[in-house]
Amino acid sequence: MKIAVCIKQVPDTANVKLDPETHTLKREGVESIVNPFDLFALEAALRIKEAAGGEIVAITMGPPQAETVIKEAIGYGVDEGLLLSDRAFAGADTWATTAALAKAIEGLGEVDLVICGKQAVDGDTAQVGPGIAQRLGLPHVAFVKGFREIDDKHLVVERQMDDGYDVVDLPLPALMTVVREVGEPRPPSLKGKMRAKKYTVPMQGAVELGLDESQVGLAGSFTQVVKVFAPSHSGDRRMLEGSDEQMGAEVIDALVDTQVIMVGS
Amino acid sequence: MDYFFTEEQEMIRDLCRQIAEERIKPVRAELDEKEEFPSEIMKALAQADLFQIIIPEEYGGLGGGCLENCIAVEELSRACCGVSTSYAASFLGAYPMLLFGNEAQKEKYLPLIGSGEKLCAFALTESASGSDAASIQTEAKKDGDSYVLNGSKQWITNGGEAGVYTVIAITDRNKGARGATAFIVEADDPGFSIGKKEVKMGIRASATSELIFKDCRIPADRVLGKEGLGFVVAMRTFDKSRPGVGAQAVGVAQGALDEAAAFARVRKQFGKPIITFQAVAHMLADMAVDIEAARALVYAVARYVDSGAKDFSKVSAIAKVFPTDMAMRVTTNAVQVLGGHGYMREYPVEKMMRDAKILQIYEGTNQIQRNVIGQELNKEYGRKK
Ligand SMILES: Cc1cc2nc3c(=O)[nH]c(=O)nc-3n(C[C@H](O)[C@H](O)[C@H](O)COP(=O)(O)OP(=O)(O)OC[C@H]3O[C@@H](n4cnc5c(N)ncnc54)[C@H](O)[C@@H]3O)c2cc1C
Ligand SMILES: Cc1cc2nc3c(=O)[nH]c(=O)nc-3n(C[C@H](O)[C@H](O)[C@H](O)COP(=O)(O)OP(=O)(O)OC[C@H]3O[C@@H](n4cnc5c(N)ncnc54)[C@H](O)[C@@H]3O)c2cc1C
Repeated sequence: MKIAVCIKQVPDTANVKLDPETHTLKREGVESIVNPFDLFALEAALRIKEAAGGEIVAITMGPPQAETVIKEAIGYGVDEGLLLSDRAFAGADTWATTAALAKAIEGLGEVDLVICGKQAVDGDTAQVGPGIAQRLGLPHVAFVKGFREIDDKHLVVERQMDDGYDVVDLPLPALMTVVREVGEPRPPSLKGKMRAKKYTVPMQGAVELGLDESQVGLAGSFTQVVKVFAPSHSGDRRMLEGSDEQMGAEVIDALVDTQVIMVGS
Repeated sequence: MDYFFTEEQEMIRDLCRQIAEERIKPVRAELDEKEEFPSEIMKALAQADLFQIIIPEEYGGLGGGCLENCIAVEELSRACCGVSTSYAASFLGAYPMLLFGNEAQKEKYLPLIGSGEKLCAFALTESASGSDAASIQTEAKKDGDSYVLNGSKQWITNGGEAGVYTVIAITDRNKGARGATAFIVEADDPGFSIGKKEVKMGIRASATSELIFKDCRIPADRVLGKEGLGFVVAMRTFDKSRPGVGAQAVGVAQGALDEAAAFARVRKQFGKPIITFQAVAHMLADMAVDIEAARALVYAVARYVDSGAKDFSKVSAIAKVFPTDMAMRVTTNAVQVLGGHGYMREYPVEKMMRDAKILQIYEGTNQIQRNVIGQELNKEYGRKK
């Protein structure tokens, strides 16, 4: 079975500081780590490989220094890595990110399974996994928390829901995103770490992926972050008193007055 | 202090430290309390290739030596000696195969041990023979293409958990010390079973059990080296493994100092942190002196062993005696620094003190080590006339 795992380099949020003026992350001097959810994706891939055999390729899109997350993945025991890096990729939204990742996965040949983390701890959209599936025309299951059956034709997975879980029979090829419950990431291995030291991470840019500059990065994005700010909570506050009915009615009046809601047609 | 490790040795240290912090420390008290074997941790160590470190590269290992073993064992012991004993005992069982195994035996067993698929164990001690190993009673009789083992072994680390055992048994009672032979026994060999699991003072996460051989029939090609070499196999194995016990001692003592120093900085009496009282600071200072001296000794002897030296019985014994006596002192004083807190199971130092005690006993008591050192001195000074 050939498995592609998408891993993202993110700032170590445990140590990240906010600039009190601009409310943006202070990225300078902040260590980069593998997105924690993607460690679960790697663990899932390694377990599936143990059960069904095959090969694992870890892919990341990011600046050149994102090569360290690929090396880390090699340390955990993945077979190959791929770094997608290009000036043209800068400012990509989830749409443009999936464009590059999907092309790269296509380029790997017959991939049976794509695994992503549940979400990235910086971007937090949880859109990239399903977005890749859509572009590749693959069925996908998000929030996988466990496996019941694994073979090279299909997987039976448990999908986490708010009120329990679903059991889904997933024919391959397919994509899934995984949550923490899928299994505690194993420690890296000595042989893996030694291999990682010597491993040259292959790199591809827009040209190698066969993508036009208009399809990637800021140019290929529908959304743009204009400003990052902490919503201000200041404003008028009014304390209401009286019975529940009275206060409820007053709240509705206030919301209608300020045109937060509209009543009637 | 920089001991000028290679990149590979640093990787071993860092990885063991990571596993110790993430996997061992959070569960050590519970494993101790429940006297539970750390199967999950053994699996993590296997996945991290840590059982590969002394296995030669031809058999899929990393080809490390005594020093690599010491580095790993020290870091694991800093968190829990019960775990490090279970880990190190697998190498104790594997050394005889490394040192005396033939090609077929190495090919069959070393990859299994290196991958961690099977734990290994070493069985010499019996109920009536501890220090006096030559008095063992378990016997192996040749019968056609097989040997038939009868008897029992006592206090065998990893007994019941291991898949492969190196067992020393008597093949010829008339030959005295040349009458013993080392065998490889597999857990599912007919007539082999596990007896009582001991209840212990310390290293309670490790399994210490009785092995029972009742007409246990094994193929003749399981002999290590050749008939009559049993005690040579055992002695050569201990020569290699003793610095590892010294490394356990350095690790557990360091763990105790870590706790004691941190505690002494925050515990206030008479309005001041207790570390500001000279009596306490000096106790901590003596611990640090002891530990660094022992560490330097262990690494130096391990490097000497790895250099291909032949005559290392004496220094190997020295690298066990000094660090393990040191660890007993240091862990006892760590309890003292913590006072009543140190005596409580809620804090890890009382466990460290209980754990440290075994290091002065197993793999040859410290009295026996001194006998070895004394005999060597006698020989050396006899020659020097
Ligand atoms: C400084 C900054 C500026 C940004 N600017 C914009 C912008 O202008 N417009 C906009 O729309 N968004 C912007 N983003 C968000 C950015 O586009 C997203 O981080 C990115 O598209 C991935 O989405 P996500 O982080 O929500 O990932 P999610 O969808 O939450 O991630 C889910 C999974 O997808 C995989 N994955 C995600 N990203 C990658 C990757 N790069 N490589 C490999 N696998 C991956 C991982 O497996 C991950 O667990 C910005 C983010 C930052 C930090
Ligand atoms: C937790 C644990 C794990 C163990 N694991 C293993 C294992 O995996 N494999 C294995 O084969 N064995 C194992 N042993 C056995 C261990 O090696 C023996 O306990 C040790 O060699 C001492 O033997 P003994 O306990 O019978 O003590 P004894 O030999 O009865 O000694 C009792 C006391 O007398 C002293 N003494 C004895 N003879 C002399 C002498 N000639 N000169 C001076 N003092 C002497 C000793 O130093 C000791 O203080 C283990 C023991 C324990 C407790």
